Amino acid sequence: MNRTTRTTRPALYRKPVPIFWWLHRRAYLVFVLRELSSVFIAWFVVFLLLMVGAVADGGDAYERFQDWSANGWVTGLNAIALLFVLLHTVTWFGLAPRAMVVRLRGRRVRPRSIVGLHYVLWALLTAAVTWLVLSG
Amino acid sequence: MARKSPEPLLWLLFSAGGMAAALLVPVLLFLFGIAFPLGWLSFPDHAHLLSVLRHPVTKIVLFGLCVLCLFHWAHRFRYTLYDGLQLKRLSRLINVFCYGGAVLGSVAAGWVLFGV
Repeated sequence: MNRTTRTTRPALYRKPVPIFWWLHRRAYLVFVLRELSSVFIAWFVVFLLLMVGAVADGGDAYERFQDWSANGWVTGLNAIALLFVLLHTVTWFGLAPRAMVVRLRGRRVRPRSIVGLHYVLWALLTAAVTWLVLSG
Repeated sequence: MARKSPEPLLWLLFSAGGMAAALLVPVLLFLFGIAFPLGWLSFPDHAHLLSVLRHPVTKIVLFGLCVLCLFHWAHRFRYTLYDGLQLKRLSRLINVFCYGGAVLGSVAAGWVLFGV
């Protein structure tokens, strides 16, 4: 390519965005933290499968899993993961009324009711899972 | 015929994953990741957990949860890399990594869960 064509061809000007643009405002930071929650959700899948695999391998493997999961770094990581997952849950439920507009008998269901129903469902499922796991 | 874009399907998997994760991950992570290891509650015994995990409904629910969570991760992480780190020019590599990872993870999840 010769120099003249390069300089004469018009290029779109795009204002460069700094890599850490999201540190400048609280809302942006929360946005990025919420995006990062997905990494901890993926970690949860790994952790769950390790647990299930250990249970499938028998009592000894399950005990080794118990010891491993009690390591400081594993519990620490899980505690951080839980905080991120809770951020995900709360923001997800908060956005639900904007994602779904429900109408009943021609009237729009109030956003607050939709959010409330999500929390009720969450509570019910949490209770059901806890009961199932602990009922043995 | 216009080429169909996979985007609507990916968005659907993303939102289904977001909902599944929001509803089920906190309790499971709290119990198995924190409450049992720290001794706040005692670990369920092996026979009980095995019988719960061997129930077909448990397998299907956990498999669905794993697959949806992984695709949720893939979608969000893809945009984190695109926007957060300004890596849109590497989009092909990122897509392969994210969605390929979700597919491999789903296969692994099926392998583990249906092998119990």
